[in-house]
Amino acid sequence: MSAVMYMIRRDLLLAMRQRAELVNAVLFYSFIVVLFPLAIGAKAELIAKVAPAIIWVAALLSVLLSIDRTFRSDFEDGTLEQLILSAHPLSLLVLGKILAHWLVSGVPLLVLTPLLTLFLGLDAGSIKVLMLTLLLGTPVLSAVGAIGVALTVGLRRGGILLALLVLPMYVPVLIFATVMVEHANSGLSIRADLSMLIAFLILAITLAPLPTAAALKVSVS
Amino acid sequence: MASTSTPSLTVSALAAVRGETRLFSDLSFALQPGQVLFIQGGNGCGKTSLLYILAGLRLAESGTVCWAGRNIDDLGKQYHSQLCFVGHNNGVKAELTVWENILGFQLLKPGKKESIQTTIDTLGLAGYEDNLAYQLSSGQQRRLALSRLLFSQHPLWILDEPFTSLDRASIRLFESQVVAHSQQGGMVIITSHQPLDLSGGDAVHLQLDKAA
Repeated sequence: MSAVMYMIRRDLLLAMRQRAELVNAVLFYSFIVVLFPLAIGAKAELIAKVAPAIIWVAALLSVLLSIDRTFRSDFEDGTLEQLILSAHPLSLLVLGKILAHWLVSGVPLLVLTPLLTLFLGLDAGSIKVLMLTLLLGTPVLSAVGAIGVALTVGLRRGGILLALLVLPMYVPVLIFATVMVEHANSGLSIRADLSMLIAFLILAITLAPLPTAAALKVSVS
Repeated sequence: MASTSTPSLTVSALAAVRGETRLFSDLSFALQPGQVLFIQGGNGCGKTSLLYILAGLRLAESGTVCWAGRNIDDLGKQYHSQLCFVGHNNGVKAELTVWENILGFQLLKPGKKESIQTTIDTLGLAGYEDNLAYQLSSGQQRRLALSRLLFSQHPLWILDEPFTSLDRASIRLFESQVVAHSQQGGMVIITSHQPLDLSGGDAVHLQLDKAA
């Protein structure tokens, strides 16, 4: 447990010292969400209808943008070797890094979203459900993204490969999250969607650190 | 398992390739407690690859590395807890202070209960405690990386070019650390292009040549 806490504290500290990186992903997210209604024009109903999709695609891309850094800097300065050789299981350290990434990239999105939905004309009920999907879904994005980063971190230009690897794994979350908001809007039960998102969350947080740790060991060698 | 109680490192018929190039093959040696293995060889002859294999970070093309009679690939974490590795890269976080870096080293690989301040004083970095690591000179960063040795209680040290960009005083400090470690029954594997003064230690030399 101390290993997890150490990684979270260390990565949060590093993120606070490199605030520009942090702001990048958040700005990227806000730009997409703000620009969409401008591009669509004065069709308030249409915008409100596609709003959950806009929010989710923007969140997904913004997480993808920031996840690469979580392991790349450790890889480049040799810290990764020390993490592998440390007294703690690598998967626990990885879990710490995933949680730290969510705190740094997911939580700011959660905070910003209620504000940004003003541009999209969502009603209060939809915003509540949308926030719930983001709360459950963004940690999954961090955890699954970590697997992709671990696989590509040793490559010179892993960026596009990372997107190709990770985006298909993001699709189920994207579908269930947006469908859940739609179901809520139409007055249908959201229990099934909610259960799926919770299942994704539990699976991702418990299982993703294992392949990530294995892939990191391969990337270092 | 009485025969495996004394930890020793046995390498047999080791071969490594990088890309299409064969770095070395049929490399065998054994390292006993108290010995220092000094690996020399030209650039690109596979010293770093050899150290990576010995540290269990990379798989050999063929051959085995055994610790106390057991293959290190089977030992995994158990073997990692026996060694302290300072590689070509410092493993120092540029955005953390000297103090925070050393705290991190101690948490990741717990060893002697040495206070961080003592370690910083020994390194000659007193006054730099709250400086971010990237503000240090490259020699100071190297010293920071090598500070792992000051509180390490791991029987095996693997050091890749530890003395690059260090000044004379620091080289002497860490040479004496290496000798002291071997006199206490530890093992050291070290690569260096500079001649090392390891008087007092039981040094074994290994010359790596480019495989034909």
